[in-house]
Amino acid sequence: MGHLFNRAALALCCAGWLVATGPVLAEEARPEPKPLKLTTTADHAKFKELQKTFNSGPEVTKACLACHTEAAGQIHRTKHWKWEYLNPDTKQTLGKKTVVNNFCISVASNEAACNSCHIGYGWKDASFDFKSEENVDCLACHDTTGNYKKPSGLAGNVVTKDMEFPPGSGKILKAIDLSKIAQKVGKSSRDTCGACHFFGGGGDGVKHGDLDSSMSAPEKELDVHMDATGLDFTCGTCHKTSSHDVAGSRYTPTAKDSKGAHLRGKTDNGNPATCVACHNNAPHKSVARLNQHAGKIACQTCHIPSFARGGIPTKMTWDWSTAGQLDAAGKQITKKDAKGRIIYESRKGDFTLGENVKPEYVWFNGNVTYTLITDKIEKSDQRVPINKIGGSPSDGKSMIWPMKVFRGSQPYDPVNKTLVTPHTAGNDDTGYWKNLNWDKAIAVGMNTSGHPFSGKIDFIKTEMSWPINHMVAPKEKALGCAECHSKDSRLAGIQGVYIPVRDNNKLLDTIGWAVVFLTLIGVIGHGAMRIVTARRH
Amino acid sequence: MAERIYVFKRFERFWHWSQAGLIMFLMLTAFDIHGTYTIFGFEKAVAYHTTAAWTLIGLWVFAIFWHFTTGEWKQYIPTTEKVVAMMKYYLVGIFKNAPHPFRLTTLRKHNPLQRLAYLAILVCVGPLIWVTGVLYLFYDQWAAWGLGSLSLEWVANGHIAGAFMMLAFLIAHVYLTTAGHTPLAHIKAMITGWEEVD
Repeated sequence: MGHLFNRAALALCCAGWLVATGPVLAEEARPEPKPLKLTTTADHAKFKELQKTFNSGPEVTKACLACHTEAAGQIHRTKHWKWEYLNPDTKQTLGKKTVVNNFCISVASNEAACNSCHIGYGWKDASFDFKSEENVDCLACHDTTGNYKKPSGLAGNVVTKDMEFPPGSGKILKAIDLSKIAQKVGKSSRDTCGACHFFGGGGDGVKHGDLDSSMSAPEKELDVHMDATGLDFTCGTCHKTSSHDVAGSRYTPTAKDSKGAHLRGKTDNGNPATCVACHNNAPHKSVARLNQHAGKIACQTCHIPSFARGGIPTKMTWDWSTAGQLDAAGKQITKKDAKGRIIYESRKGDFTLGENVKPEYVWFNGNVTYTLITDKIEKSDQRVPINKIGGSPSDGKSMIWPMKVFRGSQPYDPVNKTLVTPHTAGNDDTGYWKNLNWDKAIAVGMNTSGHPFSGKIDFIKTEMSWPINHMVAPKEKALGCAECHSKDSRLAGIQGVYIPVRDNNKLLDTIGWAVVFLTLIGVIGHGAMRIVTARRH
Repeated sequence: MAERIYVFKRFERFWHWSQAGLIMFLMLTAFDIHGTYTIFGFEKAVAYHTTAAWTLIGLWVFAIFWHFTTGEWKQYIPTTEKVVAMMKYYLVGIFKNAPHPFRLTTLRKHNPLQRLAYLAILVCVGPLIWVTGVLYLFYDQWAAWGLGSLSLEWVANGHIAGAFMMLAFLIAHVYLTTAGHTPLAHIKAMITGWEEVD
């Protein structure tokens, strides 16, 4: 009887369970709604304002600003827009508009070409209106299609109707569909930042060494954070942007971040793009000794064992002084290395390229002083630093940093003793790349940049340092101890710090081994005599 | 006929041989770290060297306890008695089959030269190595310990100098184990605890 009752109770329970779970099961069987990949709450494709034909970049911008009313104003305050930056420490006025480097040298008079990387439309000369809102280029950073292109030579404008460029060249620039691009805007990506930052210096990987197109979808080995199938960081994950002002600067880098990890809610004006901003100052969990090292050595030094690791070489030297050679027919020439990479161009001179390059290491405290066009320079055995890297082992602010040091030879004015700003790019009578005439190119360029030029031209050796920050390897690939703790140490040039093994005291070693050797000789001699005398007895 | 006396007790023998093994391993890894040769490589050698050092420190805690509770520490009190005689023996007598000037007992198991040598190791070489070694390990704590002005170079060179002295001692020590009444007598004693005396 009791047994039956138990069975009935069990049956009832089962029925109840079925009733309770039945509808849930049915719901689970229904197909999931397709997940939306939008990272925002707005689908721009649904906006009427964007469902039209745009005939120019500024037309798109006007549509953007109709809703994003403050965006252009935010952009107007940034380095990305102004290409101008006042270094608060050195009081130097910097920015791409002003500085001179040893790659393509300078922007002035070459705006139409260089400024295809400006986040604006139409900056072709000094008359550009920096107050114009509609000239702000939203799509350069917010395109998600990969179809947005700003060809060199058009002063940052886009092509909305197929056109022949340069005129008479027979080369056709294809139009892009701004409507489609505008309807798919989204957050910035490795590709949007990379469109300019991967190609600085006139080509893929030329300038930085740690940024090139291999970083648009890197594997873990190449960059542990940006690993496209792993953490998949974008540039903005670290270069955390607020009000369109992108954090992290090569003009005032943070060489030593002792403020620890950034916490939500904590008032913090520190640079969010440093390693420490996430990893803290003592990130090594199992080997405390490595945290000791982190007091003097930048994370990048061990965790970026080499740069240009993604299969794309970076330029290491550039000798402008050899530019201008022509072939027998009077035509410009190009020389390539065994791998088919360009190592000489008539319009640019000789290059050397590097892949998997070991950085050079220096004490760096974050102070960078540029040699500007207004600074006097002297020709000597020493290279003129394009940007002088501050730092010393004893200032308490310096860390040992990896650098790409880019060395070159570039034109200068030996009478006024200044660097010069040649007019290189341009389909005109004075652009060096077309006419190979330094006299005209420099005269026009200096006139445009507004600096005196004596008319005399010589070449001067320069170097420019690029702190290495990207291409962070997985921890297993970080530098081993012996890379520095050895006689052929990577840190051979680093002064002011005792590095075991690198700095073994030769005299102490000599005395030490002499003592050991004499002891050995002594006991061997003593033992031999004992054997000999024992036989005699 | 030789008389057998029990000189080295069980703990003492255990201590001696484990210390001997550890010191030789420390030597091996030390000169690997120093770059004299590469067996483990710097990184592993440092890890092994550190582990062996802590192990030896642990062993010493027991050994020091043992020495004080048993009174054996008195074996290291230096004496000038027969020092000259011992030196003469090693320089001359040993080659002439002269009698050993020192007769060991359980209470005086080290000859006067041994006492001096071991004491030198205990109060000079040992502390040099241990102080510099521990400082080396806690390099990042120097400022917190009020030792911010200490020079890593001097600490490192002190440690290296100590290592050379230890190696020289080791060579002499191993050789002198053969200076018993038979070449293996002392080693046997250190294994079994029993020494034969004339």
